[in-house]
Amino acid sequence: MAERERRRTPPYGGVFVPRSIVLDAAAVDRAVRRMAHEVVERNQGLDDVVIIGLQTGGVPFADALGAALLQIENVEVPVGRLDVAFYRDDINLRPVLPEASTEVPFDITRKVVVLVDDVLFTGRTIRAALDAIMDQGRPRAIQLAVMVDRGHRELPIRPDYVGKNLPTRRDEAVNATLDGVELGEVTRQV
Amino acid sequence: MRHLLSTEDLSPADLADLLDLTANFAEIQTRDIKKVPALRGKTVVMAFFEDSTRTRTSFDLAARRLSADVVTFSAGSSSVKKGESLRDTVETISAMGVDAIVVRHASSGVPRRLTEWTDAAVINAGDGWHQHPTQALLDCYTIQQRFGSLEGRRIAICGDVNHSRVARSDIDAFTKLGAEVVLVGPRTLLPPSLEGWPVKVEADLDSVLGDLDVVYLLRIQQERLGSALLPSLREYRARYGLTRQRLDRLRPDALVMHPGPMNRGVEIDPEAADDERAVVLDQVAAGVPVRMAVLYRVIGTGQFDLDDDTPGREVAA
Repeated sequence: MAERERRRTPPYGGVFVPRSIVLDAAAVDRAVRRMAHEVVERNQGLDDVVIIGLQTGGVPFADALGAALLQIENVEVPVGRLDVAFYRDDINLRPVLPEASTEVPFDITRKVVVLVDDVLFTGRTIRAALDAIMDQGRPRAIQLAVMVDRGHRELPIRPDYVGKNLPTRRDEAVNATLDGVELGEVTRQV
Repeated sequence: MRHLLSTEDLSPADLADLLDLTANFAEIQTRDIKKVPALRGKTVVMAFFEDSTRTRTSFDLAARRLSADVVTFSAGSSSVKKGESLRDTVETISAMGVDAIVVRHASSGVPRRLTEWTDAAVINAGDGWHQHPTQALLDCYTIQQRFGSLEGRRIAICGDVNHSRVARSDIDAFTKLGAEVVLVGPRTLLPPSLEGWPVKVEADLDSVLGDLDVVYLLRIQQERLGSALLPSLREYRARYGLTRQRLDRLRPDALVMHPGPMNRGVEIDPEAADDERAVVLDQVAAGVPVRMAVLYRVIGTGQFDLDDDTPGREVAA
């Protein structure tokens, strides 16, 4: 959950307090590389593959995945970024505002879009992202890569590439960055 | 933000937030499908008690591109003609269950009055000589696009400031964002008192022209003609019009702005209107994303107090 959103969602002004480190930076890096190999394997190369990272948490992972693919296959895969705020289903339930800009400077029609996010939870962000992508063009396929799948899906959505399956309680929080993955909770600031 | 009635209700931070949001909506205008489902199921009524083409069209497109349903209502073809009072008209419209009323009226203060008669969000699309907040926002956005920010920019607003709601909104918004504003025009067309206005006044356009970042020309309203306020168009053009000669003295990176519709040959010569420094069409283009931002903030997030980070408030989720 990005900073701006966290400030405006209960508990307001909450801070993430880590309890345990799940992956360190090296492990995250290895997971990204493994996922990159899986992307190549699954698509039998990188023809027509494009990457779109979800703002804001998914963007660094999308960039890292693009860099890993360049290293493995020596192919520069286009990387875009997507903000899904205006497609969310909770617009009237909480103050939904865009986190950052949408930049998809390439045509996605007939491409295989690899959608990248940091943490997969209820699946509602991905539902919004699917609609947002469809408005940008008609891809041949959409695949989902997430650094952490923490369970608790509320929609029939499953990832194609997973960095780490992490069973969690609903009230826990996961913070996933390129520096590592931590499990903890968001508590009210004192 | 429950309503948008006046730029005076907006803090510099509110203005900056709306301009940020505008950038998000501007990106949508570059897509093939220029529409997002953000306000699906919401209804916006355009209540225009005074004629308007660009503002109404712009609000209409903005609402549709947010997937809201739009009902347009103009005074000429409604019960207003049969003598229905403003209050009855508004109460009738809002009894049908609408989420926002975009209102333009020839009398100052009508939008604020409306908020007492309806539960819908009210957006001011121009009231009398008072305010036209979305025009100010789109002007700020246009300037920000060119210069990165308004901070420290020198802007001259030239013409009939006294009868201009655009000028009142612009002066407030420009100065809140750190610009320096100079009013230029014949004394008869400036407000009788400028006490408390954060502006300088200059009687002569030529004396400020050379070091302006923006020259903002106001429309000369033909109905003021012939009165004591404005003797002749020729005289006005000679002293305050942006003629080709004046255009030559304007800095190469300066902007020429106008809220439209332009009187070519009066406040602006055709050469100036078609000059590459004129951003009149950029202003019009900015109108749609600016109004999307306003509609989204008012109906999409209006029930939430975004500035309040106080813990403990409950939101249904």
